[in-house]
Amino acid sequence: MTVTPQGSDTDQNASSQTAANLPQPALRLHWELDRVWRNDRGLRGQLRAVNHSTVGLRFMCTSLIFFGIGGILAMLIRTQLATREGAFLDTELYNQIFTMHGTIMMFLFAIPMLEGLAMYLLPKMLGTRDMAFPRLSSFGYWCFLFGGLILLVAMFAGVAPRDGWFMYTPLSSSAYSPGINADVWLLGVTFVEISALAAAVEITVTILRMRAPGMKLTDMPLFVWYILGAAAMMLAGFPPLIAGSVLLEMERAFDWPFFDPERGGDPLLWQHLFWLFGHPEVYIIFLPAAGVISTIIPVLSRTRILGYGAIVASILGLVFLSFGLWVHHMFTVGIPHMALAFFSAASLLVAVPTAVQVFAWIGTMWKGRPQLQLPMLYILGFFFTFVMGGLTGVMLAIVPFNWQVHDTAFVTAHLHYVLIGGFVFPMMAGLTYWLPMITGRQRIKGIGELAFWTILIGFHGTFFIMHLTGLIGMPRRIDVYPDNPEWGLLNLVSSVFGFIMTIGFALFALGAILQAWLGKRTARDPWKAPTLDWAMALPPPSYNFASLPGPAITGMEDAGKAALPLARGEGMLPGAPRGRREVLVTSVGEARMEHVAILPSNTAVPLFLAAAVGVFVLLMLFGLYHAALVSLMPVLWLVWRWARNMVSQSAIPPVHVAPGVLLPVHYDCPNTLTSTGLRCFLFANGTFFASLVFGLAFLSLVSPGPPPPEPAGTFAARAVIIMFGLLALVLASVVPGRLLQKVPSRAVTGRLVLFSLAANLITLLAAGGLALWQMEDPTVHARGAVQAALLGYVCLHVFISGVFSAFVLDQNRRGEVSADRLGALRHWKLWQAFTMAIAVLSSAVIFAQGVSI
Amino acid sequence: MVSLVKRAGSVSVPLLVVSACSSPLSALNPAGPAADAISILWWIFLIGAGVLTLFVMCLIAISFGGPRQVSERRWTVGLGVGFSLVILSGLLVSGIAVGERLLPKEDAIVVHAHARQWSWTFSQPGPGGVWVETERDLHIPAGQPVDVRVTSGDVIHSFWVPRLAGKIDAIPGRENVLRIEADRPGIYEGRCAEFCGLGYSGHRFRVIAHSLDDWPESIPLIPAEEAE
Ligand code: HEM
Ligand SMILES: [Cu+2]
Ligand SMILES: [Cu+2]
Repeated sequence: MTVTPQGSDTDQNASSQTAANLPQPALRLHWELDRVWRNDRGLRGQLRAVNHSTVGLRFMCTSLIFFGIGGILAMLIRTQLATREGAFLDTELYNQIFTMHGTIMMFLFAIPMLEGLAMYLLPKMLGTRDMAFPRLSSFGYWCFLFGGLILLVAMFAGVAPRDGWFMYTPLSSSAYSPGINADVWLLGVTFVEISALAAAVEITVTILRMRAPGMKLTDMPLFVWYILGAAAMMLAGFPPLIAGSVLLEMERAFDWPFFDPERGGDPLLWQHLFWLFGHPEVYIIFLPAAGVISTIIPVLSRTRILGYGAIVASILGLVFLSFGLWVHHMFTVGIPHMALAFFSAASLLVAVPTAVQVFAWIGTMWKGRPQLQLPMLYILGFFFTFVMGGLTGVMLAIVPFNWQVHDTAFVTAHLHYVLIGGFVFPMMAGLTYWLPMITGRQRIKGIGELAFWTILIGFHGTFFIMHLTGLIGMPRRIDVYPDNPEWGLLNLVSSVFGFIMTIGFALFALGAILQAWLGKRTARDPWKAPTLDWAMALPPPSYNFASLPGPAITGMEDAGKAALPLARGEGMLPGAPRGRREVLVTSVGEARMEHVAILPSNTAVPLFLAAAVGVFVLLMLFGLYHAALVSLMPVLWLVWRWARNMVSQSAIPPVHVAPGVLLPVHYDCPNTLTSTGLRCFLFANGTFFASLVFGLAFLSLVSPGPPPPEPAGTFAARAVIIMFGLLALVLASVVPGRLLQKVPSRAVTGRLVLFSLAANLITLLAAGGLALWQMEDPTVHARGAVQAALLGYVCLHVFISGVFSAFVLDQNRRGEVSADRLGALRHWKLWQAFTMAIAVLSSAVIFAQGVSI
Repeated sequence: MVSLVKRAGSVSVPLLVVSACSSPLSALNPAGPAADAISILWWIFLIGAGVLTLFVMCLIAISFGGPRQVSERRWTVGLGVGFSLVILSGLLVSGIAVGERLLPKEDAIVVHAHARQWSWTFSQPGPGGVWVETERDLHIPAGQPVDVRVTSGDVIHSFWVPRLAGKIDAIPGRENVLRIEADRPGIYEGRCAEFCGLGYSGHRFRVIAHSLDDWPESIPLIPAEEAE
């Protein structure tokens, strides 16, 4: 019985028999694979590492260090607030400290932590050897590290951002925040967000395309569903923030008045863009944590999860609903009450899927026999804390109540109940659960329990009474309160318990370090878990599985039992006989085997690329805009090199993954990991574009500001130039499609691609002409500024289309393009089509504006 | 009923709370209809949240009693969807009803509040169309609704007198309206409630409610109709 690559409708049992390769000596397989998959030795090897376990751990460790720094800042805040007159910080410093506390906790702790956890675990749970784009993992890490360092250095230099973690403008505009403090936030955080987007793309692709054969979407462990939901939300949620940050930075740098009410801008546009990201952000943080809970509860209750389907439905519900609630952060900005009522209802509705999950978890505990092991303690801490945080969240969604407590200590209390209850406690449950895997060692008994109780008592002592502090009038973000003695005692109590909580976290860290250092070696699969992440030796080898699990092995009761046959090479694609990093690529829905992907191995290009982007960011930060433009050259060069590494110079024969199953390698396949990745990226990119269009619509339809001046030039001239540019773009766009239909001779191909390159350049010229002669000065009015930003966005895409065509031209010159070897053609076509779409839409929008003026 | 809830609330909380509630910026020490309605909401929420937390914690405690037969539908659809929807819809309706009641509707006295880093200027129309300005203190008649039109001259601020009503933001380029009303004459502390930079902690003001009999000479009192 054989499985064909197209995945005929063989039933699961039959196809499972194909998976049986002959057993081999496990140790020999190990050496063979480890030579191919391990990191290079020494420091150089660390800098070149792309392996998901390495990078995932790095993400987690770095984010935990940032958690420590954020925690120290929190202690400074609590010290300052312990007494009425404040302890030692002046207001300027205090403002920097609370802004940095929030920024670090949200962007440098929570998001990277969940990315790291996902990166570390996903390939193991899905039964594969690495993430879809190992170099992208590494690139993301360096972006996160460099961006984080920029923020930290700024803090030690005394120029940290100081306008609060949501950076409301006009306070953060150059008029009221001169200096580079706000730029540090806008540029540094955006730099870090590159890593979030990179992670979101590769997480999505890994989940959709790299599951063990036969692991249907509906067979996935719930953790994977949660991470998929979070990644999808990141793809749609981060672009509005990045768009907002880019606009605000352009306002600060070039005086384009997007948010300046005197020139047709609107400070509320920033709030909309920020919270369009900011609300989904809290669910992006919560979903992976809920994934950890859904994993641990059934295992430690010795049963299966109750209501798998209901939980998946709740995840999907959360993903969609949470994009419709952002206005609940803006209940006091003067939006009409009926609109507020709508968002209030939506905010309450989102509590329903959350409730479904909570009750499914408790039902699971009823069904099984819960054991009070350490991870379970943290889960109980989660329940206790998060339920209360959820209930205060429901209160905050009630508009009139929100009018009272908005921006008070009540909100500080609420947000820490959900963030610490809904993220930190589950993460600690997860760490205690997976530390035996990560370290290969058992924990030292006692410390973990002590840490748990200290944290729990410290936490509630700090934050429970803060609800009351807020209700009796204490706003958030103040540094002294000389006239309000009645807040003194409450604050003192909060501060004392805050220090107790800190001791608890220190104990937790101590326990983890001792475990890694002194713990006894742990046995395989210590929790008797059903997921594949435990079907391997501990700590996991660099390649995870010596052979990949097939249908027979996924979905079994006790993953530990699969470890041995897999290690002996009885699964698919055993060993690394060809000396390459090989993984299986499967179809989205049913996980049928499609082809074998050859993943890149260790390289420092991601590090160099991140460093090159870092240089650009720094130059922008110091206002050296021309130099910044020049610094994009090395970025472009490195991207080119990156792409060149994806090309195969010679034909590669198909690979035997199991007896009778012969699969092609990805170079010869239409639907590669890269094309799925590019689609994910274009989805995020489309959200970015939508954010810009939303900005223009908002400024035109909602904002009260002064009307824009008459546009420069004439309607007819404008129409002619735009039509001309679009026509050139159409011509540029038909080429890749035409080539994909049938690749002509090398000479003809070369000419066609050159033609497309020229047409792309002509489009750029037309856009330049439009900007010079037909558009108003972008510093005069916000609407002109957004139009100019749209034009710039389109130009960037046309430019990249040109780069794509140049790349294909180069490939054709080298003889790498032929009928069965399409090189970058497919991706170029996709990009060119996207460019076409946004160019047409932008033109339509700009025309509509011209008419409405 | 309402006063019963209130009393239950204030009896069940410790002494510390009761004394703290009388703070000059306390939303739990209402002195006007809007703040009053919201504080009642709060006491109801508090009791409801307490009961629900207790309920969930009991469910969890019981789970340690050994394996049971459970019905998936009862937990996910029954408790997860049905139970929560019932509670949430009740909340939503009460929230919207209270919110609607607090909106500026029928005519009221109109005053302007202009926020800057870091001061508050209040103005009200005097006889003959002249505007009378006061710094830091807003004078209003007790027992009458007053619409405060809130604007900003620089960054975003927020107008908040917790004992009288909720807050509304002062946003440059916009004018927002908040209805306040003081039941009795007195001095009500107010403050800015949106982070506005270095002077934020001290960005305060007062609302002084007078009975009509001893209205200060210097501040003209304009009835609603004329103010229009
Ligand atoms: C380690 C224990 C923590 C303590 C003692 C603590 C304490 C505080 C305090 C006192 C404030 C400032 C309130 C004010 O401005 O009046 C604050 C703000 C904040 N915290 Fe924490 N926090 C802790 C952990 C966290 C965590 C884990 C997160 C997120 C994952 C977080 C996110 C935030 C955010 C977003 C703000 C708002 C910052 C702003 O107003 O711009 N905190 N925290
Ligand atoms: Cu929200
Ligand atoms: Cu202010």
